[in-house]
Amino acid sequence: MIREQIRSIIVEVIAQIVPDEDLSNLRGDIRIRDQIELDSMDFLDIIMELRKRYGVEVPEDDYIQLATLDGAVAYLEPRMAHL
Amino acid sequence: MTNDRRIVITGIGLTAPNGNNLPEFRHNLLNGKASIERIETHYMGEVLAGVCHFDPLKYQKKKELRRGTRAGSVAIYCANEALAASGLDLARLDRSRIGVYIGITEHGNVETENEVYTLKQYNYDVKYWSHHHNPRTVANNPAGEVTMNMGITGPHYTLGAACAAGNIGLIQGLQMLLLGEIDLALGGGVSESIHTFGVFASFRNEGALASHADPNRACRPFDRDRNGIVVSEGGCICVLERLSDALKRSATIYGEIVGYAINSDAFDFILPYAPRQAECMRLALKKAGLSASDIDVISSHATGTQQGDLQECQAIREVFNDAPHTHTNNTKSYIGHTMGAAGALELAGNLPSFNDHFVHPTINLDNLDPRCAIPNLVINKPTKVDKVDYIMNNSFGMLGINSVVIVRRYDGH
Repeated sequence: MIREQIRSIIVEVIAQIVPDEDLSNLRGDIRIRDQIELDSMDFLDIIMELRKRYGVEVPEDDYIQLATLDGAVAYLEPRMAHL
Repeated sequence: MTNDRRIVITGIGLTAPNGNNLPEFRHNLLNGKASIERIETHYMGEVLAGVCHFDPLKYQKKKELRRGTRAGSVAIYCANEALAASGLDLARLDRSRIGVYIGITEHGNVETENEVYTLKQYNYDVKYWSHHHNPRTVANNPAGEVTMNMGITGPHYTLGAACAAGNIGLIQGLQMLLLGEIDLALGGGVSESIHTFGVFASFRNEGALASHADPNRACRPFDRDRNGIVVSEGGCICVLERLSDALKRSATIYGEIVGYAINSDAFDFILPYAPRQAECMRLALKKAGLSASDIDVISSHATGTQQGDLQECQAIREVFNDAPHTHTNNTKSYIGHTMGAAGALELAGNLPSFNDHFVHPTINLDNLDPRCAIPNLVINKPTKVDKVDYIMNNSFGMLGINSVVIVRRYDGH
């Protein structure tokens, strides 16, 4: 998978988890939780969806790297490149 | 008794398989409109069930729906509808003085079963078990979801009381008002049980799950050919307040709860027990200061099982042996057994009779089981009566829990 595909997958997962939010102007360089209503249980839903859909494991120590959309893409790119 | 010691119903919110508000529900009860359908359930294929079709997005965001439970969603819908019907403005109320008391037959089966079902796809690797399982399955879930949705900071909890629970949610609200713990109660019951195969499978294996070629004719209390329960979802929550408060704001009063009782059979896990049911009815009459002959309508609990209907009829005959004007009806024949909601929902369906003077019938009764013969059993078509002043609502459950609520027409005194 290439970066743009991974980015759109992450946005799609977030849309499923917070369906009331408008994600059209979601910026990549600002913390996701500062832009939309997304709590810790929602964040765990993102981790769970990545696990279920793509078999990607994100250890708890690495959660911080998924705080922004850009960070998430950079973190996941090597882990999803083979998909 | 002073008006601050009298508790009245001033709002009703409900969802039943055949109606999503009281006028619609009442209309369908008076017009014999049942609503049972075939649904697919895990492992069992098609089963008969009563399904509610309210709009959950009327009061919830999509995210709340995803996070919460069906029971929570039913409760949120009913609580908001009840408050709207009461004419109260939540923004102007002291929300720390509102209590939420919701009767449940069971809670957590649905969420646990669904998790296990999903887990099977991942070879039972528990890292795929949802982190939402705990908040979804704690026993207070439906009541807690109401408080979060409505910003209520007073007490909330559920009352686990099998199929007697709907009445007990009302009784708990009344008691908390009388204790002065709260100034407003949201009390009643809910059920999401149709979303768990286990409830259906267990009833089937007890020989107590109804079947019929026509789903709307499957629930047949008192009929010779009745063959069990139709499991349904539903909810009914009432706004309860002190009469003094209701009068101050010129509220519409649906009725006054004047008597109630809860007791235990101490007899069997599933079998009902007429002597204790009769005792429960007598206790409620005594608390209300009434004689059996004062009751105009008995809203029976009968579910359509062989044993259950017989026991209740025996109890009613015993208590009401000298009550020539008392009529008996049944609401499950239309909507199936809404489990934790049944007590409150079936009471609500009868309350409009205070004003319209009709007693809705039990339907689907083609051949009355002679052992279920009760004087003035209202069969298949509504009966017009001169007056309805008192309604007795029966609700009984497994492990031998019995509950009875008596509501009086409020006549301005």
